[in-house]
Amino acid sequence: MDSLALARWQFAITTVYHFIFVPLTIGLAPLVAGMQTAWVITKKDRWLRLTKFFGKLLLINFALGVVTGIVQEFQFGMNWSEYSRFVGDVFGAPLAMEALAAFFVESVFIGIWIFGWDRVSKKVHLAAIWLFALATNLSAFFILAANSWMQHPVGARFNPETGRAEMESIGAVLTNSTLWAAFPHTISAAFLVGGTFVCAVALWWMVRLVRTRRPELVELARDTYRPAVTLGVVVMLVSGAGVAVSGDLQGKLMYQQQPGKMSAAEALCEGEEGAAFSILTIGDLSDPDSCEDVQHVLTVPGLASYLGTGHFSGEESYLPGTEDVQREYAERYGDTTASGDPVEYTPPLAIAYWSFRLMIGLAVFSAALAVAAWWYTRKGRVTDKRWLARLGIVAIPMPFLASSFGWIFTEVGRQPWVVAPNPTGIDQIRLLTERGVSTAVSPGVVLTSMVVFTLLYGALAVVWFRLMHRYAVEGVPGTVRDESPEARAAARDDEPGPGGPGADGDAEADRPLSFAY
Amino acid sequence: MDLQLLWFVLIALLWTGYLVLEGFDFGVGMLMSVLPRGSRAERETERRLLVNTIGPVWDGNEVWLITAGGATFAAFPEWYATMFSGFYLPLLLILVALIVRGVAFEYRGKIADPAWGRRCDVAIQVGSWVPAALWGVAFGNLVRGVLLDADHQYVGGFWALLNPFALLGGLTTLVLFALHGSVFVALKTDGAIRHRARRAAGVLSVAAVVVAGTWAVWAQLAYSVTWTWAAVAVAAAALLGVVVANARGREGWAFTLSATAVVAAAVLIFGSMYPDVMPGLPGGESLSVAEASSTPYTLTIMTWVALFLTPLVLLYQGWTYWVFRRRLSTRHIPAPAGLSWRRIKDAAFGHDHGPAVGAADLGGTGSGTGSR
Ligand code: HDD
Ligand code: HEM
Ligand code: HEM
Repeated sequence: MDSLALARWQFAITTVYHFIFVPLTIGLAPLVAGMQTAWVITKKDRWLRLTKFFGKLLLINFALGVVTGIVQEFQFGMNWSEYSRFVGDVFGAPLAMEALAAFFVESVFIGIWIFGWDRVSKKVHLAAIWLFALATNLSAFFILAANSWMQHPVGARFNPETGRAEMESIGAVLTNSTLWAAFPHTISAAFLVGGTFVCAVALWWMVRLVRTRRPELVELARDTYRPAVTLGVVVMLVSGAGVAVSGDLQGKLMYQQQPGKMSAAEALCEGEEGAAFSILTIGDLSDPDSCEDVQHVLTVPGLASYLGTGHFSGEESYLPGTEDVQREYAERYGDTTASGDPVEYTPPLAIAYWSFRLMIGLAVFSAALAVAAWWYTRKGRVTDKRWLARLGIVAIPMPFLASSFGWIFTEVGRQPWVVAPNPTGIDQIRLLTERGVSTAVSPGVVLTSMVVFTLLYGALAVVWFRLMHRYAVEGVPGTVRDESPEARAAARDDEPGPGGPGADGDAEADRPLSFAY
Repeated sequence: MDLQLLWFVLIALLWTGYLVLEGFDFGVGMLMSVLPRGSRAERETERRLLVNTIGPVWDGNEVWLITAGGATFAAFPEWYATMFSGFYLPLLLILVALIVRGVAFEYRGKIADPAWGRRCDVAIQVGSWVPAALWGVAFGNLVRGVLLDADHQYVGGFWALLNPFALLGGLTTLVLFALHGSVFVALKTDGAIRHRARRAAGVLSVAAVVVAGTWAVWAQLAYSVTWTWAAVAVAAAALLGVVVANARGREGWAFTLSATAVVAAAVLIFGSMYPDVMPGLPGGESLSVAEASSTPYTLTIMTWVALFLTPLVLLYQGWTYWVFRRRLSTRHIPAPAGLSWRRIKDAAFGHDHGPAVGAADLGGTGSGTGSR
């Protein structure tokens, strides 16, 4: 394989891997913050138990998000240096902002949250987890600003002298329509991941406890796990709707901004009105030139047209086919590859087609879980249905997978471009993926790093899974107590210790850490 | 001041912040097996003590690196592209080291098991020694100059990076960070380990004077400009100051001075690079600040962002150091909170035993205060 293919594989592997952990952090952090808020307000132990339980899972997950994130930032320069030269003037800004505005907040306040239960007041401690949760979402905004710009460059011009893109308006970059569709969609997807996770884990525990038939354990299920199931159900329903609405928006934008991606998503060779959305396709999708013998089966009439244009039928519902796009782009850009052949402007059809369907289709599991969990725990009920616990376990990975397929669709569907031309305006800003790769790096070196990362990431995935599993099956902690300085002060006032109030200073200095690694 | 120079200074500041902050937590990681003494259990407690001196802050320290990288991308795209693709293999090693180190910090306490702990300790140490040396090698090459072609691509190859000057640079950062870490441990801990840290700092401070001194003078004579002699003088005075302050048990001073030495080293490095960001070898091309930089518009935007956010970052990051300012000793380290891989309570699948929570725990649902 050449450097290009290797660099692409490496990017795909490391980024998809990073994005396993990211959505759970983004989705779970606000839920944990919500649980802690409920505890501070209601003072009910169950919320503190849930906070500690899901908080531990959040931290195990966060650690891998952090360490794999650094790779992301470095590899633009390492593997994609020509890309970096071309886009740096625009693309670097949101990355730097992400670090300054989000990563510092995240890393500092998570430290306060982990170690500070007894160090800072209850309110400050609660503020720490909220700041963390907000910052994870903010970091998604900035990275998506960078990504959206390469999907749809705005606020910049092409400078023929330097041969690179140069920023003209940061406002335009941060108000990119692509960004404001991708951000809600990605965030709702992340909340769907978080909600499914919380609901499924709590439901599994509920079923297990209720099946013991011991009154105190059934009570535990009702008292502690049921609220978590409910929280998960609500989050799943709301974010599920959010995903659908924002996804619909993205489809319409994409139709205008990257028509080739939309036709690839439908494996549509020739343009048509009232195009149907197919659930299955028979035939060979591997060759974009000969997709005549592709057959769509199980179709929903007009739906594909609706996704792209907002019309089910009629003239306005016209969807271009890959052949139309190829013709139009060849005329407009006429690029050639390194070996002098004309560029193929159609992305790999099979990947685009199937990843789009998997993204949408896998949401079915969350939907089923939400409805079933809601029904069987309605009005204060608890459930002992084993199949329900199993459904939860099966549902957990599905929104993770859906998110991955969503990204695979987005990124692969953008090919052959790494910076796709903006068809409505500044279309000189465009870069073919094959021209973005580092020229100073030999294939052997890229191969080495790809092998190293793949092996390392594989090992870490095993550790991550075992730890998540181990902590999930441990359940909520048995005893929890309020460790805040306020609670200690109140306890001291109630019963002065052996040395009397005067000895507080020493006792404070000797007090063990409330939490230590 | 013109924007390009301002940004060169800002990037230098970000790297300096990174080297000062992560410098000591590299040092702590490097000393994980060196400082602890006593029985197996005592050593384990002391190792946990060391990890917990930096537990709440190491991630915040590392974000200085991420910011330095991101800011370089934004302000000097050509520099970012040339340096990161040129120093590919050292950066790969650094990335792997930072990954295993970060994971080991966070996961070490999650499982209470000696074999697990040992594995994490290995990861922490490898993850601290390797980057501590490699950053020095990388910066050594930036001071010395590297082989660039007309397109500003690095064409020197991997082995050229391992020249004697750069290798001594690696040794310099290694010793400096080990010293910085040991004075940090002396400042942050109490009990026997504090004294051992001081003793280690005594040896390391003398070593640092010799190694860093040699490297700095070499850099001055061969590659630098006149004014950076001032930085060399400050570094030398600071390191001698560490020797004295440490011998007298003035831990706060020793730490301040070792931090000063790291700052002075950074000034020397960036001072001798300017006006290039990637100085070339004699006769070859070099990449200058002006050639590498972004447009004035981008630099202006980034200046506002930096002016607004950096003080805020310093404020709240400084505040965490204040919150966790207490000296720690082994008696502050609670029993391990980690689980074991085996489910001792058999909480998950055993139907004979109850899960972690019993009925008694549910009694005080009304208020959490003080209930144990
Ligand atoms: C749980 C995950 C999940 C689910 C259930 C869905 N999506 Fe999605 N989708 C994502 C997760 C995702 C994602 C991973 O977050 C992506 C990748 C890039 C992005 O902005 O979001 C994405 C991208 C993405 C794109 C590509 C945008 C582009 O390339 O510019 C479109 C058109 C849709 N989605 C549309 C939908 C529709 C119509 C859905 C169902 C009604 C849907 N998505 C469900
Ligand atoms: C986190 C979710 C993301 C996933 C799962 C993802 C996935 C992928 C995949 C699979 C590829 C390979 C495509 C191919 O070569 O055919 C790719 C390429 C790429 N993506 Fe993404 N991506 C994500 C987000 C981003 C973001 C946020 C950025 C920018 C900040 C980005 C920048 C790139 C670049 C530079 C390439 C290399 C060029 C290319 O091969 O297309 N990606 N990504
Ligand atoms: C849509 C795609 C992405 C999103 C939403 C995202 C979001 C996040 C979030 C929330 C974190 C915190 C850790 C965690 O959540 O586990 C994180 C970590 C990180 N991400 Fe990503 N990321 C994406 C892709 C990328 C890409 C393409 C880069 C490369 C520039 C990147 C760089 C980083 C870095 C450097 C960290 C470490 C931060 C720390 O130490 O706290 N991410 N990312």
